[in-house]
Amino acid sequence: MTPLAQAILNGLMTGALIAAPAVGFTTIFAVLRYPSFAIAAHATLGAFAAWYVNTRLGAGVPLSVAVGFLFAALVGGSLEHAALRGLRGAGALTVSIGSIALNLVLENAVRFSFGNDLRGYDLPLAPDLRFAGLRVGAQQIETLVFAAAIMAAVFIFLRYTRFGRAMRAVADNPDLARLKGVDPERIAVAALMLGAGLAGAGGVLIGLDTSIDPLTGFRVLLSVFAAAVLGGLGSIPGAVVGALALGVAEELALLVLPATYRTGVGFLAILLMLTFRPRGLLGERAV
Amino acid sequence: MLAYLIFTLTIGGIYALLALALNLVWGGAGLVNLGLAGFFAVGAYASALATGAGAPILIGWGAAILAGLLAGFLVTFATLRLRDDYLAIVTLGFAEIVRLVALNERWLTKGADGVSGVRAPFKAELGVAGFNFFYLTLVAAIACLVWLALRRLDLSPWGRAAKAVREDQELARFAGKRVLRIKFEAFAVSAAIAALAGALYAHFTSYVSPDHFQPLITIYVFLAVTAGGVGRPLGALVGGYGVVLFLEATRFLAGMTPGLAPVQVAALREIVIGASLLAVLHLRPQGVFAERPPKAPRLP
Repeated sequence: MTPLAQAILNGLMTGALIAAPAVGFTTIFAVLRYPSFAIAAHATLGAFAAWYVNTRLGAGVPLSVAVGFLFAALVGGSLEHAALRGLRGAGALTVSIGSIALNLVLENAVRFSFGNDLRGYDLPLAPDLRFAGLRVGAQQIETLVFAAAIMAAVFIFLRYTRFGRAMRAVADNPDLARLKGVDPERIAVAALMLGAGLAGAGGVLIGLDTSIDPLTGFRVLLSVFAAAVLGGLGSIPGAVVGALALGVAEELALLVLPATYRTGVGFLAILLMLTFRPRGLLGERAV
Repeated sequence: MLAYLIFTLTIGGIYALLALALNLVWGGAGLVNLGLAGFFAVGAYASALATGAGAPILIGWGAAILAGLLAGFLVTFATLRLRDDYLAIVTLGFAEIVRLVALNERWLTKGADGVSGVRAPFKAELGVAGFNFFYLTLVAAIACLVWLALRRLDLSPWGRAAKAVREDQELARFAGKRVLRIKFEAFAVSAAIAALAGALYAHFTSYVSPDHFQPLITIYVFLAVTAGGVGRPLGALVGGYGVVLFLEATRFLAGMTPGLAPVQVAALREIVIGASLLAVLHLRPQGVFAERPPKAPRLP
């Protein structure tokens, strides 16, 4: 029983790490209607910005997460807006391909500045916590708290602020929103910044859990997609549920599969979901 | 220098085949295949393993084409009924899975060590220089054959129906075109061509390993097709050769920039490639050889 419970616990932990980028990805999709592959680069940008203030300037973990969010939002989000705005008329697939190109540019800008070496954050060492035969790292608990706090902030932003409501209105029905005086361009910028920022914050959390290098974002890209598809593309609560479900599914599968196939679970989850319930757990129409 | 040029142009021919494959599915039916590198790998491994087990090289190439077709069906089985952005996500995942399997199933693929000693046709008889020249011609001839076949297909009723699907699925369905079937066929044939390119690659370099099939290849091929001209097979053919020459040119340029570490040079090259793709999408989305839709036949 204990290995199973431990696997579920670990799964929730790993799921929490990709929840923020998955929400970012699905936000951009909900408002702008294209799958953004640049999410990977935004996560990497955030992770490196946070690493810089953490190890060079001695910032604590909460401040580092905030810096990761802001840097990815301001730099990644606005670059994505500037680089892809002109392509929107040509259709979602063209914008998507543009986002792959942008991802390549940003990822290599990081590689150019920092090289390919693995880097870790400066974290105080803490012993693992044990209860009922289960084991959790203290850092993991902290990461989980941050992930939960970020999610809560996003929900409050979307639910109670004017901007958040306008964003949901555009996601729901762009024409009607425009008719009501919502400026689609401003909402697009806001969605890109929020999406990129969430990816950046997620990148920091991943870095806190392991270490970072220029491929940090790209390595989790498939899991982020899988989480968003599982929950239903464009659904924000769906992305959170999808991320947690995927994390648990990965850990459970690894009880019988070699650990190297971790990303394979995400792919299988996407295929199964699209075959049997394409709109995802909480999503809209997919056809 | 000559050997280097021959090598570059042979790789150019292989990229031309990949670009033709992408153009069929993207320029033809309007589907994206972000897993091109995966199908390329499937073909390379299929042929390397089949000929390694004693099959003649032509059978190996046939096996590659068949494996590509099968992989194409596997990937599209779940997704073609859905919106096109799902296919983008699934194909990207497919390429990663192929790499994972190639890395981990050591009994089949020898893992990260790769399969070496893939038989090169007539290498013993022709010598190294002769073989390289022979293979350059062979790849170019196959690329041209595929180009001619796809151009013919482009102008056929099937090609017109595919473009109708690309422009407006609903309208195509309304006009009685079998949308789903056309998408399936376009994707599967495209996957088979990419797999054939992989087989040609394997028997040229005599060595395949998971490292040869990075997702970056797919981006290069997208650059080739967009720069050449989406929807026009000639554009893909020229774009494939062009992009390899461009890649080599950036190697020289980056090498000449003083005071950079090797990793910075590599990063700079990829920045240039990503920026070029963005520039082409913005400045000349129709490519060098813009698509020329044939006039509708005049009805009597």
